[in-house]
Amino acid sequence: MLATNRKRSIGLFILCLLFMTTIWMSIIYGYTDTNWKNAIEAFTNNNGSNAHIIIETVRLPRALIAAAVGASLAMAGALMQALTKNPLASPGIFGINAGAGFFIVLFVTFFQVHSLQIFTWLAFSGAALAAAIVFIISAVGKDGATPLKLTLAGTAVAALFASLTQGMLAANEKALEEVLFWLAGSIAGRKLEMLIAVLPYFIVGWIGSLLLAQKVNILMMGDDVAKGLGQRTNAVKVGVALLVVLLAGSSVAVAGPIGFIGIIVPHIARALVGVDHRWVLPYCALIGAILLIAADIGARYILMPREVPVGIVTAFLGVPFFIYIARRGILAK
Amino acid sequence: MKKYASLRVGKSISFLVDKKAITISLILLAVSVVIFLVSAGSGEMYISPLEVAKTLFGNGSDMNEIVIYTFRLPRILVALLAGMSLAVAGAILQGMIRNPLASPDVLGITGGAAAAVVTFLTLFSDKNNSLTISIHWLPLGAFVGATVTALLVYMLAWKNGMAPLRLVLIGIAISALMQALTTLLMITGPIYRASQANVWITGSVYGASWKHVTLLAPWALILLAASWLSARKMNIQELGDELAIGAGVSLQKQRFFLLLLSTALTGGAVAFAGGIGFVGLMAPHMARRLVGSSFGALLPASALLGAIFVMAADLAGRMLFAPMEIPAGVFTAAVGAPYFIYLLYKSRYA
Repeated sequence: MLATNRKRSIGLFILCLLFMTTIWMSIIYGYTDTNWKNAIEAFTNNNGSNAHIIIETVRLPRALIAAAVGASLAMAGALMQALTKNPLASPGIFGINAGAGFFIVLFVTFFQVHSLQIFTWLAFSGAALAAAIVFIISAVGKDGATPLKLTLAGTAVAALFASLTQGMLAANEKALEEVLFWLAGSIAGRKLEMLIAVLPYFIVGWIGSLLLAQKVNILMMGDDVAKGLGQRTNAVKVGVALLVVLLAGSSVAVAGPIGFIGIIVPHIARALVGVDHRWVLPYCALIGAILLIAADIGARYILMPREVPVGIVTAFLGVPFFIYIARRGILAK
Repeated sequence: MKKYASLRVGKSISFLVDKKAITISLILLAVSVVIFLVSAGSGEMYISPLEVAKTLFGNGSDMNEIVIYTFRLPRILVALLAGMSLAVAGAILQGMIRNPLASPDVLGITGGAAAAVVTFLTLFSDKNNSLTISIHWLPLGAFVGATVTALLVYMLAWKNGMAPLRLVLIGIAISALMQALTTLLMITGPIYRASQANVWITGSVYGASWKHVTLLAPWALILLAASWLSARKMNIQELGDELAIGAGVSLQKQRFFLLLLSTALTGGAVAFAGGIGFVGLMAPHMARRLVGSSFGALLPASALLGAIFVMAADLAGRMLFAPMEIPAGVFTAAVGAPYFIYLLYKSRYA
């Protein structure tokens, strides 16, 4: 663990370098490999050749989207884990992805909506609805929102939404064709405009999370202590929940439901820098971005020349990790 | 009036029969017969339940006979058998793990069977989308998938004994993995297979034929009978490890046998009706409230409830949005997910 701020800063710097490297690799490697010279020329001296066009319109947007989505999902996961004091919390497990997917499919099927701007809002509403349902369900009852109840309620709500989504898709094959790849979670073939459409929400989410980091630290000490220190805990909780919806909702809107990044990354970040969220959150952002870009590069190679949705790669990476955490028995405490 | 009546045949067979359970089971049987008749009569062409009954006994008009026998009966029978299998599989698991939240879908067993079936369809079909080996192997494939998943979940959740909570969490994780595998296979296949597989994964008996019935029926009926004959073993399992061992049971052996029964039932149901969710959770639970937790009565009651659920869901899927077909699994999930949440409240061990 990196104990001093100096070491943490150096760690952050190294992660930045790694991040740059993965972005470069994402631009260079793929079905048609290119080299770094070509890549630089594509930006400085674009001669309109195929390689340059591919780099500019396919590879670069893809790398940037992977970075933004990975960072946001990881931060959303860290915030959720702090908010619910549940090491297994993440947007996927909590039904947020399923809710967003449900809304999008609902409107594609019944209202013929195809504009991305509306997709984004639909994803937000679905995410917010699912999150609200899960929180309300698990908060009722004798002992309040225990981690276990949150997880199980999230699973049930996710199952409900997923099955309704599948039902609509089964009745409407054309819509299935349109959204199947999206539903599996993928960043292939997404255009830069899609990222730009949701970028404002991303930025608000990132900055908001960093600003709230100190308050989250206090919240982590438990409600009683936080109140004793003069914090308006309910306001902070609502704020954090809104940030989660903002970050996870826009990620889902761009890339579809990509699971497990939100679970894995916060654990790695906390193992590196401890529990101070002023450090955990930036670390999460960088590690999440690196991991998703790497998973995306992997997705290109597994079934070459076909692409695998990156959500499947993250699931294969994430499940063993999830099992490890579940076995370690943090929940038992 | 006494609560139990004793039933003896010769010296070797002797049962205590719970009178209330018998009454309730008969009521459930009547309900399922009614749904069966209504379902066989509903569709593009309406046939009254009375006419349906007549036709089934061989006295109906030719037209009715064709409609009922060739189009409606196979899917209703598949729904019936799948519902019974899933419900009994759930009842066995709940008794064995002694946790009301256990069910084939929560533990990932349904997901494993689904992944196995999609793998089977992908591996053994040629370019014309026809199978290269006999479809008779499909239930076996689903069974293998279900068993492997169940063993995997069981092993991963084992850590100085079996905590139910850990089992559920690991089950959720393995389901996610199986789902990823299924999606992967669907995406790499052609789109028509994807949409087929999607209908099927949601759980639908659409397109069931007599061939499916003749494949599923022996599999399901033999296993259901075997389960019922093992009811005593389950009763002892439910007392807890120490008492069961004290009563002279070889616990792990029986547990393994029961797990196999449960996965075989799930595999058969999933192979022909797809992942109809939450039936294995709801049916045994409701049955337990109705007839108590002695498995001799619980298993038939669960089976009937399961059959009622799936047949009703299939009927609703056909009729509510006609001429569109909604997979039966959508309705069972729409009822089952809230029920799961309700169970969550009631459970105290959180």
